[in-house]
Amino acid sequence: MLRLPKFNLVSPKSIDEVVQALADSKGRGRILAGGTDLLPNLKHEFIEADIVVSLGEVDELRGIEVSADGGLSIGPLTSLADIASNEHVLRIAPALAQAAGTVAGPQHRIMGTIGGNVMLDTRCQWINQSHFWRSSLGFCLKKDGTACHVVEGGSRCVAAASNDTAAALASLGASLDFQNAPTEHGDGKRTLEFEALFKADGAWNKKVTPTELLTRIHIPATPRGHRGGYVKLRLRGSIDFPLLGVASRLDLDEAGKIEHADLVVIALQARPTRVRKAAKLLIGTTPGQANYDTAVAQVMDAAYKQCTPLPNIPGDHEWRQEMVPVYVKRALAAALG
Amino acid sequence: MGARDQHGSGAPWGDDFRAVGKSLRKIEGLSKATGEAVYADDIVLPGMLHAKTLRSPHAHARIVSIDASKALALEGVHAVITGADLPTKYGVIPWTKDENALAVDKVRFIGDEVAAVAAVDEDTANAAVRLIEVEYEELYSYFEPEESLERHEPAIHEKNKHGNVSKHVELDFGDVDAAFASADVVLEDDFVFHGSTHAAIEPHCAVARTSADGLVTLWSSTQITHYVQREVSRVLGIPQSRLRVIQPVLGGAFGGKSDPFSLEFVVSKLALITGRPVKMLWTREEVFYAHRGRHPMNLRYKTGVTKDGQITGVDAKILIDGGSYSSFGLVTTYYSGQLLTGPYDFPSYRFNSTRVFTNKPPCGPKRGHGSVQPRFAFEIQLDELAEAIDMDPIELRRKNDIGESTKTVNGQRVTSNGFGRCLDEVERASEWKSRRGKLPMGAGLGVAGSMYISGTNYPIYPNDMPQAGIQLKVDRSGLVTAFTGGNDIGQGSSSVVRTILCEELGLDPLDVRVVAADTDLCPVDLGAYSSRVTFMVGNATIDACRKLRKLIVEAVAAKWEIDAKRVYLGTGEVFDTDERETKITTREAFEIAEAFHDTLGSTGAYNTPTLGGDYRGGSIGASPAYSFTAHVVEVDVDTETGMIDLKNVWVAHDCGRALNPMLVAGQMEGSAYMGIVEAVFENHRVNRFGLHSGPSLLDYPLATSVDTPELHALIVESIDPEGPYGGKEAGEGPLHPALPALSNAIFDAVGIRLRELPFTPGRVLAALREKAAADSQTGGTSC
Repeated sequence: MLRLPKFNLVSPKSIDEVVQALADSKGRGRILAGGTDLLPNLKHEFIEADIVVSLGEVDELRGIEVSADGGLSIGPLTSLADIASNEHVLRIAPALAQAAGTVAGPQHRIMGTIGGNVMLDTRCQWINQSHFWRSSLGFCLKKDGTACHVVEGGSRCVAAASNDTAAALASLGASLDFQNAPTEHGDGKRTLEFEALFKADGAWNKKVTPTELLTRIHIPATPRGHRGGYVKLRLRGSIDFPLLGVASRLDLDEAGKIEHADLVVIALQARPTRVRKAAKLLIGTTPGQANYDTAVAQVMDAAYKQCTPLPNIPGDHEWRQEMVPVYVKRALAAALG
Repeated sequence: MGARDQHGSGAPWGDDFRAVGKSLRKIEGLSKATGEAVYADDIVLPGMLHAKTLRSPHAHARIVSIDASKALALEGVHAVITGADLPTKYGVIPWTKDENALAVDKVRFIGDEVAAVAAVDEDTANAAVRLIEVEYEELYSYFEPEESLERHEPAIHEKNKHGNVSKHVELDFGDVDAAFASADVVLEDDFVFHGSTHAAIEPHCAVARTSADGLVTLWSSTQITHYVQREVSRVLGIPQSRLRVIQPVLGGAFGGKSDPFSLEFVVSKLALITGRPVKMLWTREEVFYAHRGRHPMNLRYKTGVTKDGQITGVDAKILIDGGSYSSFGLVTTYYSGQLLTGPYDFPSYRFNSTRVFTNKPPCGPKRGHGSVQPRFAFEIQLDELAEAIDMDPIELRRKNDIGESTKTVNGQRVTSNGFGRCLDEVERASEWKSRRGKLPMGAGLGVAGSMYISGTNYPIYPNDMPQAGIQLKVDRSGLVTAFTGGNDIGQGSSSVVRTILCEELGLDPLDVRVVAADTDLCPVDLGAYSSRVTFMVGNATIDACRKLRKLIVEAVAAKWEIDAKRVYLGTGEVFDTDERETKITTREAFEIAEAFHDTLGSTGAYNTPTLGGDYRGGSIGASPAYSFTAHVVEVDVDTETGMIDLKNVWVAHDCGRALNPMLVAGQMEGSAYMGIVEAVFENHRVNRFGLHSGPSLLDYPLATSVDTPELHALIVESIDPEGPYGGKEAGEGPLHPALPALSNAIFDAVGIRLRELPFTPGRVLAALREKAAADSQTGGTSC
């Protein structure tokens, strides 16, 4: 068995204590929620930590509530299994429930948290390997090396965002509360629109540091005619990370006509890929009518052109691209149930 | 083979079996379920050190120098060893010893072992490994077998006489060219079999301990205790009598633990150097490097049939990618040709097989050693021939069934044969006649058949001693203990021994103990490979039981003053068949026997008869009995994604008499699962740097329960004249047809022929597109 490197484990009881412990770690700390991503990464030694701050005892980070506006307020420590089966999530944000239900396998979803999936590190066939394995290649851009093995001569890491729930949360227009230790400049709190969290750098694809604590996930209310879906391409029916994931959103008016449409694709590059322009083709059409079917065919075509998977994660990337239109179609079908 | 080797196939006491044929729970089943079972890694000894291995980061390189001084200086490090400490080469096959426990002079693949450290704990050992400085001079690396065939410099093994060719075999039986001339249809095609690995759940682990007087004990997760003892003894220069090798409870092997491995030599050497017990547990990644899995093969097959479906001749040319060492490669090369000659009658046959070295993890035997790949190619070709002559594929197979009590074209003796019944069973259970060719687009059924050995008469190293030996101890307590060298690797060999003891001596299963695979305690058995255990250990057990039974019956008869023929001990009580009220318990009978004979015991043994064709290599693949299998696979192909949904596999397997139907069905289901998963999910390969593409159970996907088809085990019992009660193997044969039956089912489903493994969705889609293009040109569809 690969050994887990040694670190100091601290288990604070409040958000304030957590952010203080992280501040004290001076960048050498890491946050432990479910551990299903952090522990393998520590074993593979491309993430290093002197201090691991466990969130297990921070009860204020748990829970799913319906907020005053009819949206959702979700504690990031809520398990993926709970997200997948929660009645409010199923009603208000069905794409999120579906996405959470496809993450890894059943045991991972009991341990793994929604916050952990949002903050999941990028993945690549050249990085999620042991230290020995990576050393035999002279390492890579993401950690310890200067070369990219995906894009020869590439200077920016193209490891892929592989978090299923990110596609759904982006389609739902979620926002995220983060907290740092207070300083003389402020209380350390800030809120980011979901998509503003990500940047196109696989080495670290987020605009917050790894030691900034996600404290709340907000999902705005969805209209009565909201439909959402998430479909995931993977070889096995369980366990695997996405080879491609597509979240769809269709908001229908009372006559069943599409007022708002969105599609977000995950597992292509370092950040989720929004194919909004393509999705807009659906607006004004009515599912079940010919105009909708025509629009879907156009959307599939547009998504295929916009999405070009790289050989970053395992699997045949040419096949992954072929699957973009198929999974766009299936994501729309999943939304409509 | 003597009288001791044949015992008849009937019940030992009257007409009915008491234990044989019953689904008795596995002997170690509960202890595994509760966690009580002791695996190699559960062994913790006082003062034990932990060892780790430094591995080569280069695929092919000369070692210029190794400096271990910094590692040795690290606190907690007890010893560092390199190839210089273990210079003697070894290998499981006596003629191809080309491995060193730690590299001497050069490394041959990324992951090859270079040095080892013993330290107070695993973390210290790992840290020390990184402090060892090695200077390499990189050499040209071979990743494609075609290149190894053409190019011989630099040689991967400099002392090899044939460049980078590991083994070449050409054998010819009958006039193949004339056979093709007389055929109505001849098909010739190329097939590609990728690599796959065993992925046993337990990684390899070994623990060694020395005693003050120089005895060495080695616990290892091996399936070949005997060969490990021979090789470790030779390399370390310890007499075999002073090296005790023990196989603890094993978490699966599938052929992946049937070579002597580096860690066994290393922990023994480190224990001798440090005087402390030493353990080494491999990571999953290291298991992938050690590999010995299924060889990738490029296969070209040419087969002729007459229009009424008779096979006239078969011609095969096979290139085998061996990876970096020989392992069982000599046998693999023979098996790739020798094991194809049933269950169908070939009037003529020839094959030309070449195994080459490449700078990749070494290949070896995986469940269905050497014969799964040819079977894959040939059974697809048969399907195509059936289509070409417009004959049902089951009918074509039935027509060519070689039958029982016969000989194959390459001179292998076939005794019992239930292949025809296997075909009947899968045809019936899958509702073949009403469904094949008639399911909606995307859904299909495919069939394939196979034959496999129940052990071989080739004992790896030539000798005249028994291939299987067993010893029984019995005493006044009522307990019978069997000491067998047979390796129970989860397949149930110790359970088979217990069933036979229960049957022969009328015992309750709880009054039987089986001590297995401990070289100090158990007679020699060659180990768990080639599906030899049920047949050979089973026969040896019957032999020992009958000798013991004779002693007990003789003693009781003397006590009762009756003829020995009247003493019956098959039911848990011992009675006089003429006067039933004269009865005692089995335990009382043992008391009488112990008093009459003194301390009781017996031994049993088995050797194969002389078998095989009269030519060089003719005994390789010669088995005392062959098992037969037929599969029907049902699939659904998603024509949008190319993904294959495995629906059902009907597995009919002729195992002779099923000594324990539950264990037989388990082997059949496990085999079918393993085979079909290889075809769809697995791909053991290196990337463009020669580095394993993903040595973890995340990157090397095995089907989960949701991906696994419904597996239907249909046991067929052709009672073999020489098997234990007529039993034959069930552990490997039932794997073979899974892959070609799947390809054939995909053809039925969507009209494409997949001849290259694995059947990735991208490949399926490409074939569908090709077919659509061809159909649009001809204006028709063949589906």
